[in-house]
Amino acid sequence: MAGVTTHPAVDLSGNRRRIVRERVIHLLFLAAGVSSLVISVAIIVTLLGKSFEFLTNIDLADLWTEPHKWGPRVAKYDLATLFMGTLLVAGVAMLVATPLGLGAAIYLAEYARPRVRRILKPILEVLAGIPSIVLGFFAIQWLGPQIVQRVSSEADAFSLAAAGLGVGLLVTPLVASVSEDAMRAVPHSLREASYGMGARKLTTVTRIVFPAAISGIVAALLLAASRAIGETMVVALAAGSIGDANYTQDVFDVGTTITAAMAQLAVGTDKVAAGGGRGAGQAYNSLFFLGLLLFLVTFALNLVGDVFVRRVREKY
Amino acid sequence: MSATDLVVTREITVDRALRGRRIDVAGVAFQTLLLLCLLVCLFFIIVLVGTVWSDGWPVIQERGTSFFTSDLSRCSEEPCLSTLKPAGVAQGIFGSLALAILVVIVSFPLGIATAVYLEEYAKESRLKRFVQLNIRNLSGVPSVVYGLLGLAVFVQILGTNRGEGGGFTGGRTIISGGLTLAILVLPIVIITASEALRAVPQSLREGGYGVGATKWEVTRRLVLPNAFAGILTGTVLSLSRALGETAPLILVGAFYGTFFTTGDASFTEKFSTTYTALPQIVFQWTTDPDRAFTNLAAAAILVLLSLTLLANLTAVLLRNRYEKRW
Repeated sequence: MAGVTTHPAVDLSGNRRRIVRERVIHLLFLAAGVSSLVISVAIIVTLLGKSFEFLTNIDLADLWTEPHKWGPRVAKYDLATLFMGTLLVAGVAMLVATPLGLGAAIYLAEYARPRVRRILKPILEVLAGIPSIVLGFFAIQWLGPQIVQRVSSEADAFSLAAAGLGVGLLVTPLVASVSEDAMRAVPHSLREASYGMGARKLTTVTRIVFPAAISGIVAALLLAASRAIGETMVVALAAGSIGDANYTQDVFDVGTTITAAMAQLAVGTDKVAAGGGRGAGQAYNSLFFLGLLLFLVTFALNLVGDVFVRRVREKY
Repeated sequence: MSATDLVVTREITVDRALRGRRIDVAGVAFQTLLLLCLLVCLFFIIVLVGTVWSDGWPVIQERGTSFFTSDLSRCSEEPCLSTLKPAGVAQGIFGSLALAILVVIVSFPLGIATAVYLEEYAKESRLKRFVQLNIRNLSGVPSVVYGLLGLAVFVQILGTNRGEGGGFTGGRTIISGGLTLAILVLPIVIITASEALRAVPQSLREGGYGVGATKWEVTRRLVLPNAFAGILTGTVLSLSRALGETAPLILVGAFYGTFFTTGDASFTEKFSTTYTALPQIVFQWTTDPDRAFTNLAAAAILVLLSLTLLANLTAVLLRNRYEKRW
């Protein structure tokens, strides 16, 4: 491993001031290192505290109302609406990002000659650099009317599908870069053995390289799914809900997701927070409850993804 | 040319020699399909830029510099009713730059120090592995969640004195926003800086120890200067990420209204009152029911994209200028 640090074997300096200075600096760096733990703890404490306050102050039946409807300002905190919306948007996003990202990754890792790669790789880097709010604007202005409404004539101008397409474009570079790394990590001896047996390129790529890189590819998809679930602005703009949303299973419908519901709550946070009374304050606290749910889901996906990524590193 | 590149070239040559003039139809079809995936991405980028450009450029062309120098307003184009002036992005540019400066001041030193601790000081231990795992997880936490953290900690706990106004950050101010964004990009800064430090060859450190330097002297005089380019590239890239973030700013309350001017506020006042930033303005104008604001939003996106592009370009130039090959 390249990261093994060496330490001076014996301290020959003998200079008292130098030794003290070393110790102080070491402690400072240690403090910086530990500060990231403080951030994690702060996130968890904040989310848990306010969520607890939220759950103890509302009627728990409001979390799963019939008929399903998300309306925090009228004390309807229906989670089914948000879960279904999140699932639909993330599903559409993965339907877009999986083929595009994997295709791009296989091409860059296996087919592109060095010079071609240098020209094509920046396409993904540029795509990765576009702020999500800009993709949200694009989803409203172009993806909605030009793609979604052409696919389904009954689609709204704003829809979960348009939001999903936008999120899909957003996570494509992530799928591509993680899975390209995984395929590049496959040792060349495997490919050469395959060619030696008379296999053609297509067979080598699909039967040898792809299966060998599978854990990295799974990791790429998990991390992308986590990003898609956590993406906020594209959905807040393009999915069409403004605060309240009805339950829907139709991707061509207007809807909301966990993240978009949070953004829309926060647009009016001042009103919600300052409203006083038990009901009004709870809409504000519901923000933290949604945040906690989001944190738990993405945390689980990231953790599993991380295990897969490290398996690639250990194997080769 | 790296070893991988050489191998790829070799494969192509062998493949050709073996196959002669016969064409592997399925293989070519597959390769074309893969290339198509990349071209579809390119297509979307082109359409995106085209859409934004065709909506936004006329606004900038027509308004000229007044678009960059005027404040937010309810009026989208001239002539305006009453005494309003047409809306512009001056406050957004100021807000975004101020936020960027705060991010640089807070997250860069802290992030680089953490990376130095992990790569140079920490021995292989459970603590080190836990900190690293924690940082990887933090980098995957959705940005809205950081917004919640900022809202609870910087806006409410640090922003008020026992429920009153005042406090360290002053509540919904640019300082709260900047600190939130700084924490948001911290994991990225740490990860990229760690990679840059790891790329510094071990022999350099050993040479330092060999002449009797202490750990800090080796780090300061040998490791950090040699990792400088990599660290800088990573940090500038994280800055461009911070510039484009919207969701956390919405939560910590970048201003979302039209009737506010900080035009005549003094410099210090600008840091203790309401503020806005470019992505926030884009959000506000995109959701405006008045369709004329859509074009303004596109124009604001052009400004935002040129800022992030500038940051990325700086990163690439710095990398090319200072990059070392071992």
